[in-house]
Amino acid sequence: MYIIIVGGGKIGYHLAKALLDEGHEILVTEKDADISETICNELGSVCVRGDGCEAATLDEIGAGRADMLIAVTGDDEDNLVACQVAKHKFNVPRTIARISNPKNEAIFKKLGIDVTVSSTNVILESIEEEVPTHPLTHLLTIRDKGLEIVEVKILPESTTVGKSVKELSLPPESVLSLIIGKGQKPRIPTADTILQAEDRIIAVTNPESEEALRTALRGT
Amino acid sequence: MKVVIMGCGRVGAQLATLLDAEGHLVTVLDTDTYSFRRLPSIFSGTALLGDGTDEESLKKAGIEEADAFFAITQGDNRNVMAAQIAKHIFNVPKVICRIYDPLRRELYNTLGIEAFSPTTIFAQMLKEKLED
Repeated sequence: MYIIIVGGGKIGYHLAKALLDEGHEILVTEKDADISETICNELGSVCVRGDGCEAATLDEIGAGRADMLIAVTGDDEDNLVACQVAKHKFNVPRTIARISNPKNEAIFKKLGIDVTVSSTNVILESIEEEVPTHPLTHLLTIRDKGLEIVEVKILPESTTVGKSVKELSLPPESVLSLIIGKGQKPRIPTADTILQAEDRIIAVTNPESEEALRTALRGT
Repeated sequence: MKVVIMGCGRVGAQLATLLDAEGHLVTVLDTDTYSFRRLPSIFSGTALLGDGTDEESLKKAGIEEADAFFAITQGDNRNVMAAQIAKHIFNVPKVICRIYDPLRRELYNTLGIEAFSPTTIFAQMLKEKLED
């Protein structure tokens, strides 16, 4: 695949390296002359100095035959424009934008960007996972369906300990998929499964029912 | 009319002053309060610190009730993003955007954004001066 990466910062550099290793044809556009030169010195001639938001730059590097454009500069608006120019002027089939402000996720989607990756959200989610007392952790978002996969940990003081799944008042949009008990094999919960302290429950839910799910699983 | 102007540079401040003098309800947004020095003391509109590419700031500026939105910061991409948010998310009836880069202006015009390129307009004007 021919993939264009806009922005040669840390993310752009490591992304280029990883994709080159996978055997893809890569070209990075970077505005800064020094950074551009460093990338060429380290990865070979895969970086062009120029503004990836400009149609002229994209034209020069043959964006018309690109399979994908990934915009990973530090500025959301630049990533938006690079993707839109690629999509509408050069008909690049797939565009991916990095976003810093999580609120822009919905906006970019509405403005026609195929995929957005919110670096801020990714970091937040990873940190959440490591905070043991956090009541509910986001593991994965199924974007096109508006669903989330979350993990809820049952604490020894949870009022639901000893109750069976059918006794819980789960929100209708939520499905319990897996229970990982302490020192036990993961198992698929049934209506009669009894919740125990330290159980980790993996569930699918929509964002609106998140709070209700948490309350149903941990009690008040 | 309720008008929101993003960017209080020379053009933004001038436009805000003109519209304010005509009795329109003007809100000017800028990410730097120092820019507001360009507004005259008689300016009766609102000068608001905020980023026009941020939904919250736009809401604070009253974008939901605005009749018109102007995106005239120094950054083409910021203008383009703010203009699209105003048009497609908040459905502002009149959205106008400045794009210095003529190629980018052309593209966004075809995407339905009313955009002007001072570069093209000024170059054309200078050329006409020569031909006078």
